[in-house]
Amino acid sequence: MEEKYAEMQKAGLAIRIRGLKKEYRLGQIGRTTLQKEIKRWWARKRGLEDPYSKIGQPKRVIGERFMALNGIDLTIHKGEALGIIGRNGAGKSTLLKIISRITAPSEGEVEIIGRVTSMLEVGTGFHGEMTGRENVYLNGAILGMTKAEIDSKMDEIIDFSEVGEFIDTPVKRYSSGMYVKLAFSVAAHLDNEIQIMDEVLAVGDVEFQKKCLQKMRAAARVEGRTVLYVSHNMSTIRRLCDRCIVLDEGKIIYDGNVDKAISLYMGTGETLCREICFTDKNRPYGRYSQKFLIERLMLVEADMPRYAENEKAFFDIDCKALQDMRNVCLRMEFWYQDGTKIGSMLSNSVDTIREGSCRFRLEIDLAGFMAGKYSADIVAYTVGLNGMQELLDGVYPGIIFEVENTPEADRYVEWNHQYWGHIRLRDMRLTLK
Amino acid sequence: MKNNSNNDRNNYICISPDRSWTDLRLDEVWRYRDLIFLFTKRYFALTYAQTILGPLWLFLKPFLTSIMFTLVFGYIAGIQTDGVPKFLFFLCGTAVWNFFSACVSDNAKTFIDNASLFGKVYFPRLTVPVSKVTAFLIRFLIQISMVLIVLLYYCVNGNVRPHFELWIVLPLLLLQLGLMGMGVGIIISSLTTKYRDLSVLVEFGIQLWMYGTPVVYPLSQLPQGWMRTAALLNPVTAPVELFRLILLGEGLFSPASYLWSLGFTVIVTVLGVVVFNHVEKTFLDTV
Repeated sequence: MEEKYAEMQKAGLAIRIRGLKKEYRLGQIGRTTLQKEIKRWWARKRGLEDPYSKIGQPKRVIGERFMALNGIDLTIHKGEALGIIGRNGAGKSTLLKIISRITAPSEGEVEIIGRVTSMLEVGTGFHGEMTGRENVYLNGAILGMTKAEIDSKMDEIIDFSEVGEFIDTPVKRYSSGMYVKLAFSVAAHLDNEIQIMDEVLAVGDVEFQKKCLQKMRAAARVEGRTVLYVSHNMSTIRRLCDRCIVLDEGKIIYDGNVDKAISLYMGTGETLCREICFTDKNRPYGRYSQKFLIERLMLVEADMPRYAENEKAFFDIDCKALQDMRNVCLRMEFWYQDGTKIGSMLSNSVDTIREGSCRFRLEIDLAGFMAGKYSADIVAYTVGLNGMQELLDGVYPGIIFEVENTPEADRYVEWNHQYWGHIRLRDMRLTLK
Repeated sequence: MKNNSNNDRNNYICISPDRSWTDLRLDEVWRYRDLIFLFTKRYFALTYAQTILGPLWLFLKPFLTSIMFTLVFGYIAGIQTDGVPKFLFFLCGTAVWNFFSACVSDNAKTFIDNASLFGKVYFPRLTVPVSKVTAFLIRFLIQISMVLIVLLYYCVNGNVRPHFELWIVLPLLLLQLGLMGMGVGIIISSLTTKYRDLSVLVEFGIQLWMYGTPVVYPLSQLPQGWMRTAALLNPVTAPVELFRLILLGEGLFSPASYLWSLGFTVIVTVLGVVVFNHVEKTFLDTV
């Protein structure tokens, strides 16, 4: 113990994770009978296989067990701001839960130097009947502050939260905006050396979000705290973190540069190809319905999905209708390579589709897409009787393509994605009067 | 920002699956004592929020229960109360029993009631049961003031002769009952994370337990033989009888029964804390 600590201190580490695994049992846990459990225990004692495990299943599922984390090794230095990204179910939340000691690992170890604040959800322990001030005390104490520490920060917290004179009103009378602002302010004013955050920045209005981000950045850059940040919002990851890991199926598949990690996560780091077959791996949210599946996408008249600005792109999409369908539409949701969603395109609806395989020709106009790599999710839906969309299937991403820079006579400056956005809107007209 | 290495040393932890059963981290509970205090305060703030009578309920509940007990057990069933005025006898008994049973039944729900809180942030989980016991202790002290007023009235009239010289022991007795209640409660709570049947059983079991404890009757009313032996084996019997003996001046004190009760308290508290700490690590995966 003592040597391990000295070793970490010497290397300036805040967190060291070695061989971390976490398994969950699948199915209904409450139904495991006592008898089964005794048998399982007995088999383990004799060093035998679990008598209730099944073989021949995917690697991550072993019998009734599911490996949420499957061997994580990670070292984080003091003062580092680490982003963690990955698809739903990749194991991000489990990793944070273990580091913040909410649940214990199944294998491996996590060593931490410093007090940990976990903001997996702001406002934990808030109670509507209590006033804002009382809730600040309770919430602060839950997060590990002493009463004296909270006292010394009270004014700062109230000030930051913009709640003002409502601080002595029961929080059940707060608007939801005020509620989260107050909750976030408590968490943001903790002195702890390590801060763990799970998409907490998605609170309040734009102005407040900006303020939160600044506060968080100051925590990492100025005060030298270690920040672990999980988010699906790539632009906050980019602004906050100086290192990023990508999790997939319970493992770290990339560790390093933030931009590279994001492009890997967005799929834009993958090589371009002319034909994509979709499997359930492309459906992280599952199949939306049992009626319609998008199976394959092929480029038309092109070897590579690489287009010039303002070009038109053509795709053939193979689908399978499992029943007769009416009014099927497609929607493409476009992302730029840095993880910003830039917009969507809707298609006309196709009146009748007979049961069985069918092929669509899709034409998209890339006018306005400036040079860079893009990905697009493809979603199929129908419009139901009540005017609501009924999702049929969705592939994420459906296609990754590149738009190449085409020199134009009337534009001499290169497009600046960072400040101008990713779409060039229709040109304005300027005349001399 | 505190950055001295001594502080870092104190904040070093190693999380691994094979944390020993005896690693209870009680020092951490102490570090979070402000949280215990705030939880206790929250209990009172929330229980009587938006009620008209507010804290008056603290007195009303035992008062009405005791009147009912006096009528039903005292007059209809005709239970003798060792010469202690019946109302006073029942008032004292229900106050003590309510303290104990609240410790058991409320702590038995610790994990289920706090699952969402425990799932989001780490703090020593033991602070929750400890704060519950503290809250019930305060509630009891408020209620006992009512008993004392009634007692004063009867003392002046010369109906009761309390053992004033032993009153100093009473806090210790309360502490024992609180620990025993907490121990039983958190053991049940640890088991209910896996086997939900228990939570149904608790309310019912506590009711039965009350009738097995000399609350609505004095121990002396039980005939010598198996019934008296069974009652003496109940670990709550001795503290309740002793409490009344000291406070009201009447009651049976059996040293053997009391020693057993004391031993039971120690076992159940230690076992409770150990099991609770063990379950706490992974209960979120099963709830």
